Amino acid sequence: MRLRNEEERYAAALITPSMIVVFGVIIVPIVTTLVYSFVNINPLSSHRGEFAGFGFYIKTLSSRAFWDDLGRTLHFTIASTAIETFFGLLIALLLNQKFPGVGLLRSIIIIPWAIPTVVNGSLWKLMLNGEYGVINALLERFHLISSYQSWLGNPKTAMMCIVIADSWKMTPLAVIFFLAALQGIDQTVYEAARVDGANPFQSFLAITLPALKPTIMVIVVMRTVEKFKAFDIFYLMTRGGPANSTKTLMYDTYLQAFTNLNYSDAATYAYLIALAVALMTLVYIRLMKRGDNI
Amino acid sequence: MKRTLAFALVLLLMLSLCAVPVFAEGVTLNALFMKQAGYSEDDVTAMTQAFTESTGIQVNPTFVAYEELAPKILTSAASGGYDVILGDCIWPAQFAKAGIVLDVTDRVNALDLDDIYQGALDATKYEGKYYGMPWLNDVKYMFVNMELLKKAGVEAAPATWEELIADAKLCKEQGICEYPIVGCYAQAECLVCDYTCVAGAFGGAFVDENNNPTLNSAENVAALDAMAQALKDGLCNPKSLEMIEDDVLSTFAAGNAVFAINWTYQFAAMNDEAQSSVVGQGAITPIPGTEKAQSATVNGGMPLMITAGCKHVDEAWDYMLFLASKEMQAKYCANALPIWKSLYTDPQVIETAGEEVVAASQIQFDFIVNRPMVPYYSELSTSMQTEIQLVLLGQKTAQEALDALQAVALELADR
Repeated sequence: MRLRNEEERYAAALITPSMIVVFGVIIVPIVTTLVYSFVNINPLSSHRGEFAGFGFYIKTLSSRAFWDDLGRTLHFTIASTAIETFFGLLIALLLNQKFPGVGLLRSIIIIPWAIPTVVNGSLWKLMLNGEYGVINALLERFHLISSYQSWLGNPKTAMMCIVIADSWKMTPLAVIFFLAALQGIDQTVYEAARVDGANPFQSFLAITLPALKPTIMVIVVMRTVEKFKAFDIFYLMTRGGPANSTKTLMYDTYLQAFTNLNYSDAATYAYLIALAVALMTLVYIRLMKRGDNI
Repeated sequence: MKRTLAFALVLLLMLSLCAVPVFAEGVTLNALFMKQAGYSEDDVTAMTQAFTESTGIQVNPTFVAYEELAPKILTSAASGGYDVILGDCIWPAQFAKAGIVLDVTDRVNALDLDDIYQGALDATKYEGKYYGMPWLNDVKYMFVNMELLKKAGVEAAPATWEELIADAKLCKEQGICEYPIVGCYAQAECLVCDYTCVAGAFGGAFVDENNNPTLNSAENVAALDAMAQALKDGLCNPKSLEMIEDDVLSTFAAGNAVFAINWTYQFAAMNDEAQSSVVGQGAITPIPGTEKAQSATVNGGMPLMITAGCKHVDEAWDYMLFLASKEMQAKYCANALPIWKSLYTDPQVIETAGEEVVAASQIQFDFIVNRPMVPYYSELSTSMQTEIQLVLLGQKTAQEALDALQAVALELADR
């Protein structure tokens, strides 16, 4: 008994420092932010310090800006997740073949993912520059455009550019996942299918795709949650412009907190984002479980 | 033995978490500066070293981009991370109301205020009190590529908006420059700065003398219409909508613009062979006006402020005074003009800053327009950036956008 107590004390001593850190940097901010969303702590407000109840939630959910932000966030999330998943699978299928130099290609494909987001954002911003960007130069040389375009200064193209920049960086992650899953598929099944007269496309639909289903689910869950919270790429490339066409929920949260000093509004945005992410994760987990049972 | 070692490590870790930093003898100040436009990082570092040598007070300067300044100040406000901060002239009202910076009215009043330009003083003021030491004295000017303009047969820089448009048309029609005018119209504060200049030139202002919003005045509408028209007519570069100040500078320095509105620093940069292909071709002139105003520019003054959490207020003030002293301002005036009127006749200042810059400033300083010095300005500015861009993109009329902005401003003022 004494020995057990001693062991428990020893374990407690070892765990305490991490508990202090976890409590300080996770629990306290979560609780504080929740409190901020119910109490007006906006330093410029004449109602500072007053309990607002669900006032900030009602204000946020009834504002057009919030729903516009949500629409743009979903646009970015769906488009970039779809591109990453599709091209990730396509590249993985290619890299799963045996041909000279495949090892080198498998190594090279990881490079974009290894580049920090800050570098990736700056790189694409330079390449897309309307005055001297290399993308304009290429498109003009191939006669696809008649003059240099302001890709990031046009509301119709700015979001698309960010989607491309982000997908370019993150597609390799999907490739790695798919490649690992593809290599786990028993090759004899393909041989059996071939003997039965299945063509490569039929093999893909009947064997590869079902085998990759869990991986697809994992990638979609992971990337959707990450995309929904994306901030840095928007901050680096457009800062929400032009004319708010790339202003997402996360970027608006930043604006509310660090430009407008509306800390309570920002806390409310943060909780609504967290809620949306939690809901999405729940739905995906349910879907995955259902998939397992089939 | 292993267990004792593990306990010792845990104890060490806990102690390191609870450790209180031990400062060396003497005072150490932490200061936050900007690393774009105005004084360069090297200038500020040299000034700081001179201060440490003369007083023994250590200063740790940190340099961040303009866009990082406000977030850095706000996130460190509670912890008292910085003693001295450089702030934009649009922030003292907000920071004062939020209790982030100290009221230094008595200290500022002890200075020779008659010798300081009003624009620099206004940059620190809110409700009659001073919240900082005037330091960076900057306004926007019109930069003109005279060589390109002369090719179009025009000998003098435009003095009015009409002349500017006429000259731009000549340059475009003669194939001298595809887009003669370039502006920083990205969704950022620089867009509001440019609009402030044009609105001022059309006789407009964003607030009246009692700080009541007047955003949808006829003058402001006419100014925004003129900016949108220049874009529509292809006289203004459409890529301006993604440009900030540095992009305007690089476009002008590459010889791809005849006219640009920018801060003082462009003069030195466009005449620097390392970054410009138009060395010696550019002139700095007052921003063109209309029949309602001879010229107008935006106040870009930036004061040094003491944070509410500063524990060495006297030393921080001494440091600010040193940076803003006539000696330092005369020595480092190549990128930012002094706040002191008496220095403008100093041969050293004229030589370092450039005769042309000093001459232009003496006219331009008489036409300074302040952006609203109100606590809600930052929030209003984010709305202004969006609405102005919608007009420039042709998605809204100037009247619709400014009516919407007026409503936003009234709501914010009433909050």
